[in-house]
Amino acid sequence: MAHDTTPDWDAELQVYEPHKAGLPRFGPYFRDLVDRLPFAAEFSRSGIRAANTQTVFGQLWLVLNPLLLACVYYILVAILTRRGGMEFLAHIVGGLFVYYFVSNSISTGASSVTGGGRLIMNMAFPRLLMPMAAVRTAFFRFLPTVPVYLLIHTLGGGVWSPTMLLGLVFLGMLVVFGIGMAAFVAALQVYFRDTSSFLPYFLRIWLYLSPVLWYPQDAPERFADLMVLNPLYSMIGGWTETTLQGVVPPVEMWVAGSLWAVVALVAGSLFFMSRERDFAVRL
Amino acid sequence: MISLSASDPTTTAGAPAGPRRPQQTPAPGEPPTVSVQDVSIVYRTTFEKVPTFKSAIVRLGRGERAVREVDALQNVSFDVPRGTSLGIIGANGAGKSTLMRAIAGVLPPTKGRIEVRGKISALLALGVGFNGQLSGRENVVLGGLAAGLSREQVEERAEQIAEFAEIGEFMDLPMRTYSSGMYQRLAFSVSVHMDPDILLIDEALSAGDASFKEKATAKMDELMASARAMFLVSHSLGSIKSLCDDAIWIHKGKLMMHDTPERCIAAYTKFLKVGENAFTFEDL
Ligand SMILES: Nc1ncnc2c1ncn2[C@@H]1O[C@H](COP(=O)(O)OP(=O)(O)OP(=O)(O)O)[C@@H](O)[C@H]1O
Ligand SMILES: [Mg+2]
Repeated sequence: MAHDTTPDWDAELQVYEPHKAGLPRFGPYFRDLVDRLPFAAEFSRSGIRAANTQTVFGQLWLVLNPLLLACVYYILVAILTRRGGMEFLAHIVGGLFVYYFVSNSISTGASSVTGGGRLIMNMAFPRLLMPMAAVRTAFFRFLPTVPVYLLIHTLGGGVWSPTMLLGLVFLGMLVVFGIGMAAFVAALQVYFRDTSSFLPYFLRIWLYLSPVLWYPQDAPERFADLMVLNPLYSMIGGWTETTLQGVVPPVEMWVAGSLWAVVALVAGSLFFMSRERDFAVRL
Repeated sequence: MISLSASDPTTTAGAPAGPRRPQQTPAPGEPPTVSVQDVSIVYRTTFEKVPTFKSAIVRLGRGERAVREVDALQNVSFDVPRGTSLGIIGANGAGKSTLMRAIAGVLPPTKGRIEVRGKISALLALGVGFNGQLSGRENVVLGGLAAGLSREQVEERAEQIAEFAEIGEFMDLPMRTYSSGMYQRLAFSVSVHMDPDILLIDEALSAGDASFKEKATAKMDELMASARAMFLVSHSLGSIKSLCDDAIWIHKGKLMMHDTPERCIAAYTKFLKVGENAFTFEDL
């Protein structure tokens, strides 16, 4: 085969070789990924359109569903712990809405590759775009719930302070973390199609272990040090402390949250990328 | 299938080889546009309908591996220089679609190496990744973005694509309301409007009507002036003959022959123990 040294000929050269276990070359992969981000955005946007969430009732349901759930949990916790009040409701609502963002990222992410079907079988593009699109979808389902949260926050007599803006940092961590987790479960789902059936149980337990139905400082004494091992403890805890109480969370939360987000993103996408060449033969 | 000779079967028997269109020629010293080097592809299929944790645990208990390997391609090598339109023929299950997916970069080779120089637009056997819930127009935008076009380019082209496909107001209706011919019209239209350097077409026109096939054939001829190479998989030997100037014949994953379309078709039809004319007529 002519391996021409003239750089001209190889300008558009693409080489396809076996690479079972290895990773693709990062340079071209991420360049391609960035180039095609508009595709991921459009894919997510059209998915949302197809699911009719653009209609008034669709939007209403996006808000109503987590809101009703929040009420259910509020009553449950109120009965069990004799805690109550508007402020506590605001805490549950704030935590639960953002928890559902993560949970939706993971569960829609899980089916993003197996549900991609023909797109995956017929088109060559960085597959990481699929879980990323799923997280975008989850994010846009989360957005309409933010005003509701702020409303309840106000009704509960919550403070408004510039500190609340720090919550955005924790939201950013949750997005990064969500992408990593979505990529991980998306790849897992290709090999084990019952992954998505196990996820709800797992996610439910995770909800109870995270400071949504309880305050971060409620963590039992002997587990307090272990709490940083739960990524959502720092991220959701940080989100509610900043946006609801307007206090700056302790430094451990910042460190643990960002570490977890980065670890999830790197590990999840590396696992995904090492398997993605295999997807087309396994769908 | 696409066939210029459909209206005049006599031309298929002894017509001179190759298309009559302006086409590119390789510059001196230019490496082939597509180079397939000793490529083998193995599908690993499980017997289970779907792989699950449950079945993995059950298997673990019994210590068996429920994997069957299908050698879809075995040590296939060929080069395609600039300006070639390559016809690919072979029986069902020969590995033609597998080869197309490998060249398109969807399926990594199990062994060997594929070099591609240029931007590929592929119309593969399964059609474009269209979503039935979305309108034709939305799918066109999505397909264009997936193929790496920018949003402006896509929106600019959506109009041309709609016009070429001639599906009228269906362009803005959900694609689940399309007939299979309309679906293929749109799919073909999308892939030829992507400014491809290399065009791959796998059995993509089987449902198109006669007038669209003619239009598609003309479009492919036109594209050959700007594109570097075209690959056409078809069971219609007449279209291979009229559209291609080079051909390969694959049988059970092995490259049997790489020659002019006439000779490949002659050998292939002889191999099938069917008279060439009888086969071609039947197919048309
Ligand atoms: N996803 C898959 N998993 C396992 N085996 C497959 C898969 N796709 C194709 N095969 C096998 O690979 C071989 C080649 O298939 P391929 O689709 O490439 O044939 P083809 O030449 O395109 O046939 P046709 O003319 O019917 O389109 C066949 O034996 C087929 O059973
Ligand atoms: Mg085929």
